[in-house]
Amino acid sequence: MDHRPPLTRHVSIPSSISSSSSGSMPLSRRSLFLGAAAFGVPAILAGCGSDAPSTAPGGSSSGGLGTVTLGSNASDEVPKKSLEAQIKAFTQGAVKVNTVDHNTFQENINRYLRGTPDDVFTWFAGYRMQFFAEQGLALDISDVWRDIGGDFSQAFKDQSTGVDGKQYFVPSTYYPWAVFYRKSVWEEKGYQPPKTLDELTALAKKMKADGLIPIAFADKDGWPAMGTFDILNMRTNGYDFHVQLMQGKQSWTDPKVRQVFDTWRGLMEYHQPAALGRTWQEAAQSLAQKKTGMYLLGMFVAQQFPEADRDDLDFFTFPEINPAYGTDSIDAPIDGYMVSAKAKNVDGAKALIKLLAQASSQNIATGLDPGTLASNSKADTSGYSALQKRGAELVSQAKHIAQFLDRDTRPDFASTVMIPSLQSFVGKPDEIDPLLASIEKQKATIFR
Amino acid sequence: MTAKTRRYSARDVTVLVAGLGVAIVVNVGLVWGPTLASVGLSATDWNGIGPIEWIGGRNYEDLAGTYPPFWSAVRNNVLWLAFLGVVATPFGLFCAVLLDRRLRMSRVYQSALYMPVVLSLAVVGFIAQLVFSSDYGVLNAVSGLHVDWLGDRAVNIWVVMVAAGWRHVGYVMIIYLAGLKAVDPALKEAAAIDGANERQAFFRVVFPTLRPVNVIVLVITVIEALRAFDIVYAINKGRNGLELLSVLVTENIVGEASRIGFGSAIAVILLVISLGFIVTYLSQLFRGEER
Repeated sequence: MDHRPPLTRHVSIPSSISSSSSGSMPLSRRSLFLGAAAFGVPAILAGCGSDAPSTAPGGSSSGGLGTVTLGSNASDEVPKKSLEAQIKAFTQGAVKVNTVDHNTFQENINRYLRGTPDDVFTWFAGYRMQFFAEQGLALDISDVWRDIGGDFSQAFKDQSTGVDGKQYFVPSTYYPWAVFYRKSVWEEKGYQPPKTLDELTALAKKMKADGLIPIAFADKDGWPAMGTFDILNMRTNGYDFHVQLMQGKQSWTDPKVRQVFDTWRGLMEYHQPAALGRTWQEAAQSLAQKKTGMYLLGMFVAQQFPEADRDDLDFFTFPEINPAYGTDSIDAPIDGYMVSAKAKNVDGAKALIKLLAQASSQNIATGLDPGTLASNSKADTSGYSALQKRGAELVSQAKHIAQFLDRDTRPDFASTVMIPSLQSFVGKPDEIDPLLASIEKQKATIFR
Repeated sequence: MTAKTRRYSARDVTVLVAGLGVAIVVNVGLVWGPTLASVGLSATDWNGIGPIEWIGGRNYEDLAGTYPPFWSAVRNNVLWLAFLGVVATPFGLFCAVLLDRRLRMSRVYQSALYMPVVLSLAVVGFIAQLVFSSDYGVLNAVSGLHVDWLGDRAVNIWVVMVAAGWRHVGYVMIIYLAGLKAVDPALKEAAAIDGANERQAFFRVVFPTLRPVNVIVLVITVIEALRAFDIVYAINKGRNGLELLSVLVTENIVGEASRIGFGSAIAVILLVISLGFIVTYLSQLFRGEER
């Protein structure tokens, strides 16, 4: 199952780069590799994995809209099954699904969309969608939204809208970020969910005294710390500032940003040490094994809990820092579908995404994949697990929904600037000013 | 008259064009074309979709001035080269010399040292994680330490170089072993008769005769150091202290980032460093032939 934010997944190493050595000749192959890195490898990657078309059973072309191709990054078992189940209901035509390894799909999205993309493809809401829409690679689907618009809240519509005010995306499922904990541990020790930063600090102190590591933390993969930064920034400076910062319109050397890192540094002593050598799975395990007290992560943290322990998992939203903003914003990344600008079967594609946006489709998805929530407000939530119900409640109370740092900003800024910078902060929390100056300088080279 | 001075028949020309032409096309298309394209692209700003914008040397300025992973990568590549050249390669030679003395069970040692060479560096990376992970690693569990071997920037590059060196030693050893077997025993005998002790016999007599092997080993060491990629990528994607130039190229170009111009600039720097070694090596080689 895959809800991890995208820059992040385990990567299969391109076999063309893996090791093979021979005597004295390959120096000249070095330069060949440089060229291959620039041109060849992506194409090879784009080519692999797309050879598994499967025609959806029941999707016979009786409906007259012909065959619709769907490029899917749902390569993990649960999402794949979920998608297959959803498209079974498509009766207006046949659907051909091309599943590509999740990470490979993302890394090659540029080349994929410029080459011969499928009619419909899986993608993410927010800036990451707008980025590609702006380049003219996505099809305007405002007409679809005229039909389905009533099923979605304004927040979801906003996240599906490009900078030109047209819609390019239909939401499917999403998952909120919050602070997770084991109810049994908290009941035993008498802990209460904190409402303010001071209460959080007091709680963490108490946990430390009780022999627990208060806050589980891992950032080996580079992205989990983005979640901590997001929530601290939104709690301290509000959603609007956060979004402007992500879009490169605010300065990283602003005292407001400094304050975020100061707060984070204050909490660092309660974080699990040696975070840069740990994966989020290992940190989640430490929560499951009752070695740590709480863990700020997406709802997919439940994956790391054995089935029997899942009911023991609960969460609270990150506590208030600045009363002006309270707890009005959270990260809740939305996954969904877009139609490529080069789609061959536009009518079929629109009919398909309309189906995927339906409550009935999303009921299937949330039933099969308990780490997700339906975006369609008419979806049936009675089948939700306790955790899903709490998740839906959390999102409905939030005034602003952010998409997670690597979906709210330019992909190059997120991966080549923010990942190394946040890791550097986690390694040396005391060197804030030079770090922020460096981020600001690098930002200037990217947002030109 | 023209018929008499024409040295090549039509068939010769065809063979020449087919034989040489294919080689030239392949060479230009696969080696020189991409290389020059990389150099060209390194002076542009291009995200892979939109128009290509010519920006001159700005990518290089940004690299040197504002991109912290760059200097870290240069440092790591140099360290890597020094470590393989100064520690791992001599140690491989040392092992080869010992094994050449027909110790008991030398086959066992030989196999044990050579074993890692059959593993790809990516696999070595996974093995390194099993050993060095701070929570679950064998090393911390056995020794009772709490060192974050792979997460702490001050330590992790050394740990990874040891893991890479583990593989390199076996590789170098097997090459030297083959070289040593080929050294004429009469040379050593002659040295012994002349009164050379073992150390002198090795450094003055045996080692110089290994010159062709030394060149091969040197080239392999340089290649291994410059193309190091998979081991750090397997461990943490080459971030947080494990930056290497090859990883930065991939990170910037292949990933969703698509900073193709910027990534090409890093590739060009890697090319220049490689060229330095290639030119030195080739000029040595040609000078040797002239003699």
